[in-house]
Amino acid sequence: MTLRFLTEHEHDVVRRLADRLLPPHGEFPGAGAAGAADYVDRILGAFATDPPAIWAGGPYSGRHGGESAFDDHLPLSRLEALAWRTRIEGSLGLPEREWNGPVRGWQEIYRNGIAALDTSPDSDGLDLDGQPELRQLLFEHACEASYGAPEYGGNRALAGWRMIGYAGDVQPRGWSDAEVTGA
Amino acid sequence: MPDFDVVVIGSGPGGATAADVLTEEGRSVCVLEKGRNHLLALEAPFAALDHLSNDEVKFGRRHFLGPDPLLEPRSYRRSAADGERTTVGDVNNMPSTVGGAGFHADGKLPRYREVDFRLRSELGPVEGADVADWPVDYDEMEPFYTEAERSIGVAGDHTGNPFAARRSGPYPMPPGADMFLTTLTVPASERLGYHPYRAPTGANSVEFDGRPACNNCGFCAFYGCPIEAKGDPVAMLRRALGRGSCEIRPESVAVELVLDAGGTRAEGVRYLDADGVEHVVTARAVVVAGGAFETPRFLLRSGVGNSSDLVGRHLMFHLQTIALGFFPFRLHAYKGRDVTHLMDDPIVGDSATAVAAHEAGVPYLRGGIVEHGGSGHPIMEALHLPPGEMHSSLMADSPTRDKMVAFTMQGEDLPQASNRVDLDPTVRDVWGFPAGRITYSPHAHDVACAHHWGPRLEQVMTEAGASGTSWVTSPGTPGSRAPDLEPMSKHWMGTTRMGSDPTSSVCDPWQRLWDVDNVVVADSSVFPTSTGYGPTLTLVALAIRASRALAASL
Repeated sequence: MTLRFLTEHEHDVVRRLADRLLPPHGEFPGAGAAGAADYVDRILGAFATDPPAIWAGGPYSGRHGGESAFDDHLPLSRLEALAWRTRIEGSLGLPEREWNGPVRGWQEIYRNGIAALDTSPDSDGLDLDGQPELRQLLFEHACEASYGAPEYGGNRALAGWRMIGYAGDVQPRGWSDAEVTGA
Repeated sequence: MPDFDVVVIGSGPGGATAADVLTEEGRSVCVLEKGRNHLLALEAPFAALDHLSNDEVKFGRRHFLGPDPLLEPRSYRRSAADGERTTVGDVNNMPSTVGGAGFHADGKLPRYREVDFRLRSELGPVEGADVADWPVDYDEMEPFYTEAERSIGVAGDHTGNPFAARRSGPYPMPPGADMFLTTLTVPASERLGYHPYRAPTGANSVEFDGRPACNNCGFCAFYGCPIEAKGDPVAMLRRALGRGSCEIRPESVAVELVLDAGGTRAEGVRYLDADGVEHVVTARAVVVAGGAFETPRFLLRSGVGNSSDLVGRHLMFHLQTIALGFFPFRLHAYKGRDVTHLMDDPIVGDSATAVAAHEAGVPYLRGGIVEHGGSGHPIMEALHLPPGEMHSSLMADSPTRDKMVAFTMQGEDLPQASNRVDLDPTVRDVWGFPAGRITYSPHAHDVACAHHWGPRLEQVMTEAGASGTSWVTSPGTPGSRAPDLEPMSKHWMGTTRMGSDPTSSVCDPWQRLWDVDNVVVADSSVFPTSTGYGPTLTLVALAIRASRALAASL
């Protein structure tokens, strides 16, 4: 797989950190093994593709009928692209991104946070206690990766959904009235 | 010659209804919507754009329906004692997109009761609150409610609620499938003397108005419907477009009203298009339907309609009391509509609420409908569990999603002039306009009501078989489990209240600005009181009434 933003080393660190935050359970992998690092790489490198890999397409994934369209990302408007570039890349001192002041981007949080872990004295370089910003952001992304649609890069082989007994997107099949009301 | 008969600002339930009614009455309409269009093609046959999907990342985490809090931040404080603000970002945000807030819920659409329009006359004043009668009563509203239910497509059981206002006929459709958890909560409620009933819901139970029956996918609240089984917002907009006299301009941000030289008549609206280029669209009248946050913000920015100094004031949210029941087995609330039953008992009250009111030093306690529902989707649950060793095992067990029932009471929120939307002194949106600032604290009535009903709703959960219970309020209140929670009701009301006196209201009984009478406000901003019911059906019924009157005046 070609990485879009993370280096191989950073990808490996994110994978191992994600497994710490959302560990394996029984036969099911943790977030790292389920693809969290791929998820993070795709969002950090979202603008490497056109349209940017922000919003999956619709209306169906093909998992429960209909044609698969989730892999076809939806285009962003000019302002949506501005918001997502600012969120991901940071404001970088650009006036057009700083209408309310500087914004620290996700790329910087990951890159600097991992660099700090690399130089930390703890034995495995995975202690996030000193990196609360990275810890919070990665936790959110690991949750999204594990329990969101696999087209975003995580939830490999639907491991997250299978672990919790959840069908995910069900259109256009839906559920029958009996399935809704019955135990 | 103006460009259009009417410019409508906002394409949510109020604006879409105005466009539908005005074009039906033969008027030409231009709808300015600041958000993107993900709903329907703007050329015939106005087909679905197929952007909507069952996707928690897109809708729940990546601001697909807007507003993006980076582009359009809001600020919040409880009172001026907090300083200029305590929060900047997402504050009780509602979708900003073609279709507006019609997307946000599964469309529970109850009518108000007769007393709700005459609260001041029937129950008297409350110290510290500006309780007022509405300048319209239920008898006048009934035919508009009937029309609104058909316009959206409401499914319900007209015999189910013993406290309901009189109706001239049944709902357009029978109710949809009951969610499994209500097979537990409904009998338990009845055993304790309450009166649950099937919720009137704007999701088709059968094919209706050319749209299919809901197939129970479970992605209702905060999601758009990929198969168009939810009538609000698509039904009204498609009808308006189909008449050939309606134009919708997405990504068009209304900057200000353009007035005549005397400042008493609107001549149009100045707006920015998707590229930031300024335009003026002229019209014989303007309908403002941005919702109870954006509408006052727009009027304040325009410097219009505020001779009473009441624009933005009397903001109401509903003080939500959320009782949680934790069950020892799975409930699969992710299948089907998000809420299938309601009960009005806290609105009506009983001897125990009268005692509680006396103890709280208020003349009455009026709660709100109690929604019998489940919880959200798995990413939401995952984010609320602590990271680390136990996370995955807790997710697999799912105590706060698949095994949880939530009762949400939409408690009546008494109007206070100090609760308001104004313009933040320093925070800006991406266009450079001042952000809207919310200042909000619940009244003692609202808090007392929540603290009375929280434990009572926990009793229902226990009766239904819950092995554990809890309750919180939104916003947080002292003594509840999360006292610092910000408002998250997704119900916005007040801020340009209507009335019969221009010194105590912003809009007249036909929702026209007292100061500029060819400007009509057609959203829940005009509500003088919040009642304890969701606002959408009533704002749509009012928008039908006001738009028909406007059409007749042109």
